[in-house]
Amino acid sequence: MIRRTMIAAAAASALALVAGCSLSGGSGSSSSSGNSPQSTDHSVTLVTHDSFVVKQEVIDEFQRSSGIKVTVLKSGDAGALTNKLVLTKGNPIGDAAYGVDSTFASRALGEGVFQEYQSPEGDKGPQRYAADGSHKLSAVDVGDVCVNVDTGWFAAKNLPEPKTYQDLADPKYRDLLVVEDPATSSPGLAFLFGSIGKLGESGWTDYWTKLKANGVKVVSGWEEAYNQDFSGSAGKGPRPIVVSYASSPAAEIGQDGTPRTKALLDTCYRQVEYAGVLSGAKHVDDAKKVVDFLLSEKFQAQVADQMYVYPAREGVALPEAWTKAAPLPKDSAALPADKIQANREHWVQQWRTLVQG
Amino acid sequence: MTRRAAVGLGLAALLPLGFLGVFFAWPVLAIFRLGLAKGGVLDALGQSETWRLVGFTLGQAAASTVLALLAGLPVAFLLARCALRGIGLARTVVMVPFVLPTVVVGLAFRALWPDGGVLSIVLANAFFNVAVVARTVGGLWSHTDRRAEDAARALGASRWRAFTSVVLPAIAPAVASAAAVVFLFCATSFGVVLVLGGGRFRTLETEIYLRTVELFDLSGAAALSLLQFVAVVAVLLLGAAARRRRETALRLRRKAETARRPTGGEWAVVAAAFAVVAALLVPVVGLVLRSLSTSDGWSLAGYRALSGTGQNGTLAVSGLDAAMNSLRTATDATLLALFVGVFAAVVLVGLRRGRTGHGLGTALDTALMLPLGVSAVTVGFGYLITMDALPGDLRTSPLLVPFAQALVVTPLVVRMVLPVLRAIDERLRQAAATLGASPLRVWREVDLPLAGRSLLAAAGFGYVIALGEFGATSFLVRPDAPTLPVVVARLMARPGGLNGQMAYAACTLLMVVTIVAVVVIEKLRVPTRAGAVGEF
Repeated sequence: MIRRTMIAAAAASALALVAGCSLSGGSGSSSSSGNSPQSTDHSVTLVTHDSFVVKQEVIDEFQRSSGIKVTVLKSGDAGALTNKLVLTKGNPIGDAAYGVDSTFASRALGEGVFQEYQSPEGDKGPQRYAADGSHKLSAVDVGDVCVNVDTGWFAAKNLPEPKTYQDLADPKYRDLLVVEDPATSSPGLAFLFGSIGKLGESGWTDYWTKLKANGVKVVSGWEEAYNQDFSGSAGKGPRPIVVSYASSPAAEIGQDGTPRTKALLDTCYRQVEYAGVLSGAKHVDDAKKVVDFLLSEKFQAQVADQMYVYPAREGVALPEAWTKAAPLPKDSAALPADKIQANREHWVQQWRTLVQG
Repeated sequence: MTRRAAVGLGLAALLPLGFLGVFFAWPVLAIFRLGLAKGGVLDALGQSETWRLVGFTLGQAAASTVLALLAGLPVAFLLARCALRGIGLARTVVMVPFVLPTVVVGLAFRALWPDGGVLSIVLANAFFNVAVVARTVGGLWSHTDRRAEDAARALGASRWRAFTSVVLPAIAPAVASAAAVVFLFCATSFGVVLVLGGGRFRTLETEIYLRTVELFDLSGAAALSLLQFVAVVAVLLLGAAARRRRETALRLRRKAETARRPTGGEWAVVAAAFAVVAALLVPVVGLVLRSLSTSDGWSLAGYRALSGTGQNGTLAVSGLDAAMNSLRTATDATLLALFVGVFAAVVLVGLRRGRTGHGLGTALDTALMLPLGVSAVTVGFGYLITMDALPGDLRTSPLLVPFAQALVVTPLVVRMVLPVLRAIDERLRQAAATLGASPLRVWREVDLPLAGRSLLAAAGFGYVIALGEFGATSFLVRPDAPTLPVVVARLMARPGGLNGQMAYAACTLLMVVTIVAVVVIEKLRVPTRAGAVGEF
């Protein structure tokens, strides 16, 4: 009896030990920044999207030189991030946010999520992409959504590559295009906005009717479209035209150094990602320094490699592969943020009826 | 029931109810209230589109449940009743689909059926859930006495007759349990419907996600969530009614006594079971092959990159560290869920014994299952507007990850342990009590030895669910401590052949981790005197 009790007690304490270890092991470093008294030490919580990646040595160096401990909190895609910021605006979950993009900026601004802060780094390029005149958001990076083509496929078929939106509706390119659903995918939505920007609010519905007649394939997400249906990626799918990013060809360079795919620069839609200081932030001054850091030369120099986006700052060199395979598109379409905010749901609904109805 | 026992039971019920109240009911009600305050709920309910969604959601879930039952029952028979080589392997293999990220499985099914539509949604849902049926039903089946069946056969009943009139009534509670869980999983399945539905097929779950996350239409989302809620409660009550009529005391036996070598027609069932296991392996093998293939032939580059921090250090941690993170959070979640789930199961068994307890028991039972039937995004957004009221601002704490995972695991623990606990003959407990054993002692000497195996099975299952959990983890986990499913999702979202290979390599690693975890958990023994069961 005593022995059995001992075994049970030992088992119970072993379990407690494992749990204790795993809990403290799982949260050790963040509790040192998140839960300790915050008036004395410098710490900033940066709320960002899932795609956020930074070189460890770059953020380490910033933390060392500024004395600010940065805790990064990932919060879904740009839409989820924006909505979470709106829901928590009375008591924000962080001090600064990065990743609200031009598609969602007016929702965040309209709800008063951000406070005014004009970074001294802003006039070194980011200002070009300002969301509005309110100085609440600073542009950190630009990621254009463009139609990508598999150049080898077209060469083998002896077919000229398409160039424009109109070409995609040409029967020559029947059953070759795969796009993402604008209701569920951010590049899909950008492509829809691009077509609206290029063809106008009166012309885009006709255009999509033609695309549908020309055999456009719609899938839910970029992962399926690019990795599985597109012929130019490792998935070697059946369709040589896909909606992806201007930067994607930089990741598809063959062993001979030439890119296998190409972005069609006349079909691009500009998405800008912003950072700002949250209203009601507990560490406003340190949060401002984190925004400055995001716009700094060091951070900007690594966004291309780490996140497949283009730096907003001027004069920051792109990786070598990019200059050839993925130059920044020059005249991308862009819709004003307030127009997007006013029409997004309506347009998506219209698109669903038109293309999937 | 004596007054003291009733008080004890009430106190014990506080734990599961409190957990459910704080980490489920409160956040969900808060987000509902926000949606309802904005008005427009009635508009959404009036639209025919809404009702089409309800129809499709329930229809695909029902079809998937039927398929999962058909495929899972032979496997349950194999695991519970057969003494054959290779059973241990089959036991472990059926668990693997459960941890695989839905986007990866979705892509695998798209590759197999490029334009599958509804059929591929149903197949993929069943693929994930065969394990629920096999494990839940197998758990009870392996403990049921075989002699009644043998007697029926000796008296001239055909194999089929013996199955339908002796075996099926005995395992029916577990079948109903499994069906309820599978139905809930399928009704709220998100990634599968998104990837395989291609936007043409939508469910309440995908629409709630769209309205909450992309359109920020909280009133529309609330309307759909309410419908989802009503549908789920209706199904649960139906399931509870079906179970109540079936659950009876059984003579429970140790598995060793009930498993034997199959004979005659049983081989057909065994063959069917192995066919199901083989079918489950098709997408799995496909993933492993993808992790090894590049555009220039076979290569281990994906694994090499994963042993470090990836191309350009994009992963922040190595694959091995991610595996450790996965194990850590899964351990926390499983222990928490076992604790809450066992308490809940004990309370439920106790309530059944009382006269007034029936209604109360059904209510608690249904409440415990609800987290499986309510959209993860609703709970997640609910956390954001409620958890800051708790000490330490839990909204952004990594501690919330195991809590959120435990919410999903607890109902499964209850469903796996409860049928066995209820099947224990009440007279055993009464005899022990008469001989002077305290309630705790009765639990340790009677319930624990008899239900020990299913407790471990529940632990194993819970661990696997927590390992594969993505929704809650992805937005709560710290970026410097990602779990494997989070790593897979990040890699899948990047262009370039090596990233894809690494994603599949990470999937393979996740499967290996899962298999090792299941094997280790099942090697554990509940500390009891050997042979305790055999004495009765």
